[in-house]
Amino acid sequence: MPLLNINVNGQDHAVEIEPHEYLASVLRERLGLTGTKIGCDEAECGACTVLVNGTPVDSCLYPALKADGARVLTIEGLAGTWQGEGDASSASAPDQPHLHPLQREFIRQGAVQCGFCTPGLIMTAKALLNQNSNPTDDDIKTALKDNFCRCTGYISVMNAVKAAAVQVAGQTHVPGLKPGTMKLETGKDVYAPKLPETKAPLAAVGRPLPRLDAEAKVTGAAKYADDYVFPGMLFGATLRAKYPHARIVRIDTERAKALTGVRAVLTHANVPGSKNHGLIFNDWPVLCYDKVRYMGDAIAIVAAETREAAERALDLIQVDYEELPVVDNPIDALKPAAPVVNDFTGHGNLLKHIHVDKGDADRGLAEADIVIEREYHTPTYDHAFLEPECSIGRVTEDGRIEVYVGSQIPYEDRRQIAASLGIPETQVRVIGTVIGGGFGGKEDIAAQIHVALLARATGRPVKMLYSRHESLIFHPKRHATVIRIKTGAKRDGRLTAVRAEIYGDSGAYASLGDKVMTRAATHAAGPYEVPNVKIDCYAMYTNNPPAGAFRGFGVTQSAFAVESNMDILAHELEMDPLELRRMNALRVGATTSTGQLVRESAGLVKCIEEVEREIGDCKLQIGSEKLEVGNPKTEIESEELPDLRPPISKFQSPTSRAWGVAAAYKNTGLGGGAADKSGAEVEVYDDGSAEVRSSAAEIGQGLPNVLAQIAAEELGLPIERVRVLLSDTDLTPDGGPTTASRQTFVTGNAARFAAKGIRELLAETASERLEAPPDKLVFRDGFIESDGRRVPLTDVVKWAKEEGRTTRYRHEYTAPETRDLGEGGDMHFAFSYAAQAALVEVDTNTGRVHVLKVIAATDVGRAINPLALEGQIEGGIVMCIGNALTEEYIAEKGRIWTDRLAKYKMPGIKETPEIVSCIVEDESSTGPYGAKGVGEISSIPTTPAITNAIYNATGVRVYSLPVDQDKLLLAMRAGRKEIR
Amino acid sequence: MVRFWKDYHSPTTLDEALVLLAHYQGRARVVAGGTDLFLDLSAAYESGERPCLDALIDITRMEGADALVEQDGYIIIGCGVTHAQIVGSPLIQARATALAEACSVVGGPQVRNVATLIGNVAHALPAADGTIALLALDAEARVNEPMRNDKSQMTNDKGWRPLGELFRGPGESTVDATREIITAVRFRPTGEHAASAFARVMRPQGVALPILGMAVKARRRMKAEGGRMKTAGTGLPQRGPVEQGPRGPSSENDGGVRIEEIAISVGPVAPVPFRASRTEAFLSGKEWREDVLEHATQVLLSEVAPRSSPHRATKEYRLELLPSLLSETLGMAIERLRT
Repeated sequence: MPLLNINVNGQDHAVEIEPHEYLASVLRERLGLTGTKIGCDEAECGACTVLVNGTPVDSCLYPALKADGARVLTIEGLAGTWQGEGDASSASAPDQPHLHPLQREFIRQGAVQCGFCTPGLIMTAKALLNQNSNPTDDDIKTALKDNFCRCTGYISVMNAVKAAAVQVAGQTHVPGLKPGTMKLETGKDVYAPKLPETKAPLAAVGRPLPRLDAEAKVTGAAKYADDYVFPGMLFGATLRAKYPHARIVRIDTERAKALTGVRAVLTHANVPGSKNHGLIFNDWPVLCYDKVRYMGDAIAIVAAETREAAERALDLIQVDYEELPVVDNPIDALKPAAPVVNDFTGHGNLLKHIHVDKGDADRGLAEADIVIEREYHTPTYDHAFLEPECSIGRVTEDGRIEVYVGSQIPYEDRRQIAASLGIPETQVRVIGTVIGGGFGGKEDIAAQIHVALLARATGRPVKMLYSRHESLIFHPKRHATVIRIKTGAKRDGRLTAVRAEIYGDSGAYASLGDKVMTRAATHAAGPYEVPNVKIDCYAMYTNNPPAGAFRGFGVTQSAFAVESNMDILAHELEMDPLELRRMNALRVGATTSTGQLVRESAGLVKCIEEVEREIGDCKLQIGSEKLEVGNPKTEIESEELPDLRPPISKFQSPTSRAWGVAAAYKNTGLGGGAADKSGAEVEVYDDGSAEVRSSAAEIGQGLPNVLAQIAAEELGLPIERVRVLLSDTDLTPDGGPTTASRQTFVTGNAARFAAKGIRELLAETASERLEAPPDKLVFRDGFIESDGRRVPLTDVVKWAKEEGRTTRYRHEYTAPETRDLGEGGDMHFAFSYAAQAALVEVDTNTGRVHVLKVIAATDVGRAINPLALEGQIEGGIVMCIGNALTEEYIAEKGRIWTDRLAKYKMPGIKETPEIVSCIVEDESSTGPYGAKGVGEISSIPTTPAITNAIYNATGVRVYSLPVDQDKLLLAMRAGRKEIR
Repeated sequence: MVRFWKDYHSPTTLDEALVLLAHYQGRARVVAGGTDLFLDLSAAYESGERPCLDALIDITRMEGADALVEQDGYIIIGCGVTHAQIVGSPLIQARATALAEACSVVGGPQVRNVATLIGNVAHALPAADGTIALLALDAEARVNEPMRNDKSQMTNDKGWRPLGELFRGPGESTVDATREIITAVRFRPTGEHAASAFARVMRPQGVALPILGMAVKARRRMKAEGGRMKTAGTGLPQRGPVEQGPRGPSSENDGGVRIEEIAISVGPVAPVPFRASRTEAFLSGKEWREDVLEHATQVLLSEVAPRSSPHRATKEYRLELLPSLLSETLGMAIERLRT
């Protein structure tokens, strides 16, 4: 093996390597520098960026030997390049003097969420600052163009780079912030984090505290699943289907088993327990036994000494197939003559027919003065979380199975692993690693069962890491839909009826398809009070990849149809589109499509008004060249009511700009009669610190802070005294799935009640010592106080232990009861609301659409952490810009075209618009401090706001996503009024 | 990790590199940045092939590979020069602007730091930005001739071939990367009264390849003749570096620009990077006016044959883009001629 001489982070190494190794794997696997992340293996995502002789390169496709003799800087070495501020104890020193300013500012500005892209972003930014000490927004966008981030929406990233530049250039000190306060100590903070206005904070709740896990993420110390290495670990690989639909005639693994280095080759015959897995429907083969139903199906798995041997073994597995006809869309799937893809439900390809009925839709349409009837198409989308799936399985000394995985539902993983291994759940421990993004795409089983099977078969730890290619082919997607929708209204704009048919492509297996399509159906009348509603929704099996949970959970799709129809209605009625929405908005006293009376916490009207206020009186003005983005309130103030008809004459100008608006709502929590429970445990320690525990996943959204801030609030502890332990099924109670925007509400409540429980226990002890009734005690700043006397919490914990009291309290919270669809009553215990306006610019030479600005008003009940909240909103908006303009997952007759990241374009930093975020806090009486969910709502109205704006700018109505600039330009040139 | 090659060599001279290539008898491949090659290898693997080369011959450490110089009337660029180095070169910015512009939009920053211009040429894609720019600059490529850092070696005429001869078909070069090495490209810098420009259209979805790219090099006649330059008017887009200043095409005070010599390259409109020779012939000697542009557009449309490429662009869309792209690119070049 050749010797690679390389200087990494100032240290000389001479490493023996294989000639074909790339730099990223040498850094990660040979030098143990796992801060460098691999997101795609195709030099596309930028997560693997390191500096070679000062220049940023994608180390995933950089031959290691090309770096022979070079100096390499990775995230682990970054802080060492910073000859910091010296005396850390001086008053002006920042909080983390040991970090590089970029690292500090990424933390402070909220530019870290899941953190997987963070090292790459920071390293690329470092190279920029080396050359340019005062970068403009454009400079930053140019430099970071190919560093993709799926969580933040990039605004906080830009702010972090600018703020760090100031410090690197040594021009001035950005004043230090004391942890837990976020107040400026001295001077003026030029680059204070961008925060929305929210209610006055309590001691901890409501404060924009930096993430608890941020430092680990900016230094490369955070460990994602692929960063774990166990002695004797084998590498797994999966043989996937050769056809989208075929009967399996024979599987022969003998040659593969004989290959040197191969330790196990398993097929369905080696699955001792349940042959299928599935979250709700147990319809998904662990390893296929009768047929394959999509290209991502697993047929055999291999464990070998090296990744290469495992891959080579796959080539030696012989599978004989008998091809079957392919069903590639939900409408064909419903036809009586369609080949049956999956008959698990006993209804052929019909996974579920969902029916929503309120009033009399036919009568409502008959009574309408105007009926808008249209058909919309949305494609399949991929989550494109930056971290591909990875699981590690091992057998412990006492014979239990441990699986390390970044999962959104650890206890569900445990249940499914145990079921397929045919062992009790208590024999399985799922240990959650740091997760590099999920967005719904890490709820289903990936390799969790496979690594457990292989670990059992070999007696050795087995790691299964999916390539990006494999991830794109395998994991469940956002449902493609066809939505036919009629909206009826009176002349004054009042809605009389909505009638819709929705066809959802749920792919080869159920995943959460029936639930997703149920949400699409129940939200298909929009966030409005509509007296007559009839929705028929068909979730269909096809030979495409399964579709399941994806941020928005079906509502993203139906909102595009609903809000486009609303916009058409506004144009037809010559009404202000915001006024039309306000008139019909769900508000307290209204009834939803499913018959739920809205009793509280319905801030939609306020959201609409916030958008209206921001947008200015006449912001719905069309195609107006004079509309200045940065200063939208000038010029047009004097004008009359907005003219909503598109100015066709403007087509000759190089660009056409216009605003568009949309509104949305989204349930918080599972609803539909499901018991929505979460367990949390809080323990206090002798040193006055506390730990909150729950198996609830942190996928970038900021749950640890929510839980810590709630516990800190209840216990009167400074935030830095609270730790959070998540997702270890041996150590943490079941927090349920991280889905449906539910964790802040459900696990937030569980943590709150657990903390209250421990507070009451401590209060009993303290009350004797302080001679005050327990309910008169105040927990503050780590002390328990009464009438000017106070004792430190540390003492009280010790006393409580001496008294034989427990200092640990577990609470299982159950959310307010809900009813199944069709039963009437409360289908959900809370809804979040949003209204958004998007300003777009259409290049009339190319059809290219840019979103210049988004105004987002979001009713979240209560902001627990405004910094994290802003990140959720900005990230949701930018993700939805992808939904509208750039992303499309393409399968052709069941074969995947979008099989690499280079073919699936998530928005980059250049697509990031200016975002104005207004928070509406219409509190939920049962949410923690009034909070409800925010994870999904921000990403729902953006798409229709954009497509409505495109109509206003060009006169072309978009009926099919994503907006194709090719079609848009041709339609504009030909004077066609729509694109499909 | 899949083993795509067994050995990796970084020869320091061309002779050494050629000996290595000969040694491997066609089973080794020349590589510079490798950013296209590595993706092609893994795409081939994913589609079921099992590519494995005996060796990669990394030519970026060869003597002269880092050349980026102006010598004896040529700009010479060695085979190790990256897109980022070209973008950052004041010489290229000033005297081969189209090439700097083209190289600045290839891939992303990390890729441009590694990918070489000559790798782009060797890959022979009809839409390759750098190649389109070089084609308009009348570049030549040097094959199997060393680029030692002595003047005679660089400037003697051995081994230079017109760039256009390198392309056989989409992604297919006449230079065999298992036996031959493109060591450098050269072209004449734009001098006084001459300028170049590059523009392209991308698409946010689908394939990460340009929908249409175009480069123009133009030289004006020294003295303005005839009537005033008519503005190109609304036909001229406002994107890119075109400044609608007092010296812009709409100026009434400016004399007309008469095009003495022009080169226009465009892609993908044919299987190989394409020189629009009939459009060039039409524009030569013409005054830059709106009606001339319109006529030139017609000529251009008549000589190209763009195709529909799945998930990238339709033929109709490309035809729709050509007029504005011509107007933009030509407009930028003409604008630069004035200054």
